[in-house]
Amino acid sequence: MMLTQVRKEPKVPLVGYTKFTEPPPRYVEGYRQIAGRSVPVVATRLSGRDRLGDWAVRWDIRRNDYAVAPGLYAVGEPDPSSPLLVTANYKLTFDALRSELGGIDAWIAVLDTKGVNVWCAAGKGSFGSAELLDKIARLRLAEIVSHNLLILPQLGAPGVSAPEIARVSRFRVVWGPVRAADLPAFLAAGMRKIDAMRRVEFRLADRMAVAPVELAHAWPFGLGAIALSLAGALPLGDGFAHRAAWLAAATVGAILCGSLAFPALLPLLPSKAFSIKGAVLGTLWGLACAIGGGFSPGMAIAITLASASVVSFIALNFTGSSTYTCQGGANLEVEKSILPTIFSLALGLGLGGASRVFGF
Amino acid sequence: MNDFRYVKNGESLSIRAEDCVGCGDCLEVCPHGALELRAGKAGIRDRGLCMECGACARNCPANAISVTAGVGCAAAIIKGKLTGTAPSCDCGSGSACC
Repeated sequence: MMLTQVRKEPKVPLVGYTKFTEPPPRYVEGYRQIAGRSVPVVATRLSGRDRLGDWAVRWDIRRNDYAVAPGLYAVGEPDPSSPLLVTANYKLTFDALRSELGGIDAWIAVLDTKGVNVWCAAGKGSFGSAELLDKIARLRLAEIVSHNLLILPQLGAPGVSAPEIARVSRFRVVWGPVRAADLPAFLAAGMRKIDAMRRVEFRLADRMAVAPVELAHAWPFGLGAIALSLAGALPLGDGFAHRAAWLAAATVGAILCGSLAFPALLPLLPSKAFSIKGAVLGTLWGLACAIGGGFSPGMAIAITLASASVVSFIALNFTGSSTYTCQGGANLEVEKSILPTIFSLALGLGLGGASRVFGF
Repeated sequence: MNDFRYVKNGESLSIRAEDCVGCGDCLEVCPHGALELRAGKAGIRDRGLCMECGACARNCPANAISVTAGVGCAAAIIKGKLTGTAPSCDCGSGSACC
């Protein structure tokens, strides 16, 4: 089959393929014409704009509106014998994939996962068998490739049933590596995985990559913590600045502890339960600030109780960012920890207020 | 390296050996290496590594695996309890996950 590649958007309709809002996105470098239609060819190098967007979305900026158009794309100069990869339409996911495909000729079918990454979308079912079968038909994938293999990211497996795809379509699912970075090695090895390509890790870098979102959600509480610290340091006058600074260190610090130190120290903290790990960290932090600030015993206990509950709650929420927690455990943690957390925070705030008023 | 273990991990996972055809597809999709093949049958290598994502059960051609898949996300569970709905990983702008 003769394949041509053109730079400008061709007259040949994109119908049945990728539909862009005008103008087409900047990562589209040209169009590959196949089976009487055109497939956008995307860059395998991320632009500064892509990198900025990918960084911002880690901070929860535009995270719910960070999608690429579902459809068929190409990298390099693929032909009907080239591998056909399937991915989600979260742009962070799409960028992670295409940036690993330099020098590789491949087709990429992007499912409509509503801008959600592969694993989460698979859990919800939007990266699922029905959507894949829909795209197989709608994108007429059988006209694009001469083989019958669809390479899916392994983390799509909670949503896509390979036996069902084989039963209903002419395609067979091959489970690719967990990480896009392993794709070149996977393809070069004849679509074979080593064990490391199957495993989800949660290394320090992985944990810190998901931490900014937590922090982005925490800033209103940070403002509240500063206000509380100023109020708790009253009356104005002798020692106010000292008290305010140490109370702010304890309260704002507790939020930072939960958002940054907790994910960093996750494997080192005792217990399997995130809420207990967080309570331990928060207690240590609260004690350190109480002692460092030279507070009265009443205020020291108040600070420690409040810090423990705040860090514990932020830590509990980190279950959603982790790669190994199950629903049964998270459910148990919520049931067991929410009341103690609320009680500990209320007691801490009450005790702190009483300590200032009555001076114990 | 995979030292992470969570509360109640793998509790709902079970494999019916009599139905297992020994294809190994469940091992292929398990992200934590919780499964193994023993004498031509899939078995649980280390239950504590299982996060109950449901990939193995969905991809078992013989329907020999059952696991209660769900979201291991406290925010989703709290939201579910507050709204009286099933926990779902619908991350709105107000919750941090995925």
